[in-house]
Amino acid sequence: MGAPAATAGSVAGAHGAADARSGVWGWITTTDHKRIGILYGVTAFFFFLLGGLEALLIRLQLARADNTLIGAETFNQLFTMHGTTMVFLAIMPMSAAFFNFIIPLQIGARDVAFPRLNAFSYWVFLLGGLFLNSSFLFGAAPDGGWFGYANLTSIQYSPGMNISFWALGLQILGIASLAAAFNFIATIINMRAPGMKLMRLPVFTWMSFITQLIVVAAFPVITVALVFLMFDRMFGTTFFSVAAGGDVLLWQHLFWLFGHPEVYILILPAMGMVSEVLPTFSRKPLFGYPVIVYSGMLIGVIGWAVWSHHMFATGMGPIADSYFSSVTMLIAIPTGVKIFNWIATMWGGQIRLATPMLFAVAFIILFTIGGISGVMHASPPTDLQQTDTYFVVAHIHYVLFGGAIMGIFSGIYYWWPKVFGRLLDERLGKWHFWLVFIGMNVTFFPMHLIGLLGMPRRVYTYGPELGLEQMNLVSTVGALLLGFSMLIMVYNFWWSSKHGEIAQNNPWGAATLEWAMSSPPPVYNFSVIPEVRSRLPLWTVGGVTEIPDVPPEPVHVPGGSYWPVVAAVGILVFFIGALVQSLWLAVGGVLVLVVSVFKWAFEPFEM
Amino acid sequence: MTTTALAHHTSTGQDTRKIAFWTFIGSECMLFGTLIATYLSYEGKSVTGPTPQEILNIPVTSVSTFVLLMSSLAMVLALTAVVRGDKLQTRLWLTATVGFGTMFLAFQYYEFNSFVAEGLTISTNLFGSTFFVLTGCHGLHVLIGVIWLTTLLILSWRDQLGPEKAMNVEIAGLYWHFVDVVWIVIFTVVYLIQRGPVA
Repeated sequence: MGAPAATAGSVAGAHGAADARSGVWGWITTTDHKRIGILYGVTAFFFFLLGGLEALLIRLQLARADNTLIGAETFNQLFTMHGTTMVFLAIMPMSAAFFNFIIPLQIGARDVAFPRLNAFSYWVFLLGGLFLNSSFLFGAAPDGGWFGYANLTSIQYSPGMNISFWALGLQILGIASLAAAFNFIATIINMRAPGMKLMRLPVFTWMSFITQLIVVAAFPVITVALVFLMFDRMFGTTFFSVAAGGDVLLWQHLFWLFGHPEVYILILPAMGMVSEVLPTFSRKPLFGYPVIVYSGMLIGVIGWAVWSHHMFATGMGPIADSYFSSVTMLIAIPTGVKIFNWIATMWGGQIRLATPMLFAVAFIILFTIGGISGVMHASPPTDLQQTDTYFVVAHIHYVLFGGAIMGIFSGIYYWWPKVFGRLLDERLGKWHFWLVFIGMNVTFFPMHLIGLLGMPRRVYTYGPELGLEQMNLVSTVGALLLGFSMLIMVYNFWWSSKHGEIAQNNPWGAATLEWAMSSPPPVYNFSVIPEVRSRLPLWTVGGVTEIPDVPPEPVHVPGGSYWPVVAAVGILVFFIGALVQSLWLAVGGVLVLVVSVFKWAFEPFEM
Repeated sequence: MTTTALAHHTSTGQDTRKIAFWTFIGSECMLFGTLIATYLSYEGKSVTGPTPQEILNIPVTSVSTFVLLMSSLAMVLALTAVVRGDKLQTRLWLTATVGFGTMFLAFQYYEFNSFVAEGLTISTNLFGSTFFVLTGCHGLHVLIGVIWLTTLLILSWRDQLGPEKAMNVEIAGLYWHFVDVVWIVIFTVVYLIQRGPVA
């Protein structure tokens, strides 16, 4: 954008680059993708610990039969908030932290396409997360499960604010995800360094790109479903009213039409991360790069055709059951292809079992187990036995903890030195890894058996006559172990900031572009935009070696802006207005939003 | 426009904002797709009246549809005027686009009011809920478009909408045409092809 005329409402949130980078204000108004990435990471990790704490309370309640530690009502709130937090406030934004920090570096860009929109996404996410969790302060945390089935969520059966907090909170988070998705798609399509062809993109960037395409298509569906739900609750519409001829299954269809692609939104970035880690620590290029990319695309497409496998128990009839069953089995193929590719990458390589590699290898093992139990309930007759039991809980935790979280942990250990300039301690890292690996299996493996023996999920207690006390206790002990292991991780973060070994440009000897610059990278990332001639520029003779820190000519760095924050606050106020049903608050929120959008559009901010 | 293109190298040669905006339109397709699919799956399933057959006024809505289509034509002419640097025609056609858009909203206001007077509200039956949420969502999009285009019109009056800003107008036009196309689908599906009650 050209420099706007001085008359164009020149009051500005934008200011000079130097003073924009100091102090708290500098962080609030930042538009630097690296800082926003760190903000995402810190916030999401905090929510991850919060969600873990909720899980620990759930496990303590289930440690013995007929336990009275927490009542049924609190239990409902805890499992709902645990699921919602882990999906929307922990895994998605932890991936977003990596999108932000890593993607521009991997493609050779100085920032994302729309730096202020990027800041906006973060602030909307943060305020949405706080909105959702503030429900605890009012004793009205959401209690309808993370998929909030109609008509349990109707005003008749859930008269409190609990469900409103949930529906409106997810709506806010959806805005953040969509804004980020438009931004990253445009960035990856259009901001690549010369020579960085699509089929030279690092796999992490590729998988993130597919993830963002899924976000763009999936989030509008849940947005509409949540609007229906809120209108039913607020204005008496009849979308999920059986008395008026409505169909409660409409919710399930819309939710899972979003919800199934959502699981790929959670797992694909983690697949991308291990696809970076495995070649680096095997000293071998990724086996079958194009196949990995294409199977990622295939997952992104077929992921849209399987949603009703979450609904076999609703009795959809033999034709729908057969279709969704076979497509679900079909999607296991591209996933399986990737697993063989990863194994083949390690085959014959010079494997170095550093902490990131340990997590990546564990990812393959645990995700495969989760995938196999997934294929088991692709079969409707089997699923009818397993649905709503702890077997399903075991399955989702093998794919989401064993898969997504292990992948993200691998990514954290791998890119930490690039982000903070210091290495994490290897010994602590290995302790952390083994405790997580053992704790995770001790927690979740018994759940397969508990579920097959008939224990339903989401019930706050069980009788001693079921004979499940021992296995439940084992599972609780595993959860405590997991909780303890996170303390080691946090200690490692603190230790590294004081005593961690200073990281060189490329401490792991990796092949992609982000490792060619200093750790942490300078504000403008690339002093000179590199010319990319191969897929693994740092492993190619005559490729990119080292990018100097000091640019040959001054690089323009955009200053910060506070309008993204103000716009995010406007959105929050609107949704608070909707929550307390105050028209004035809602209108006020919209006004703040409109004003800040205009200020944003007309402030002098050079990209 | 040329200077901007030279100043910012892009991988595809396309304007980055345009690519992001096409992505946005993709998500809008899913938004309206979900609303329309819901309308269709509930069509004819209301247990009480009024029904679409009793209440929808095709002649009046045909006129408002025509008005909206004309606004798209005006939008095209406004963009070419901006590219040419023709200030007079820019203002003329932008005013026409905004005017037609506002007329469409007035038609919708009249339609909603008359439906309420005839006993169809958002909570009366499935038809009322699905109809008002679908067309209301579309109306909200038209309103946003009118505000956006009015902003461009004001910029034009202040002589700040020269050919170098053509991309801004082009993107607003993309939005406007999209909203128009969505209306053609809604008009066809909701008004023209009405299915009776399902036995």
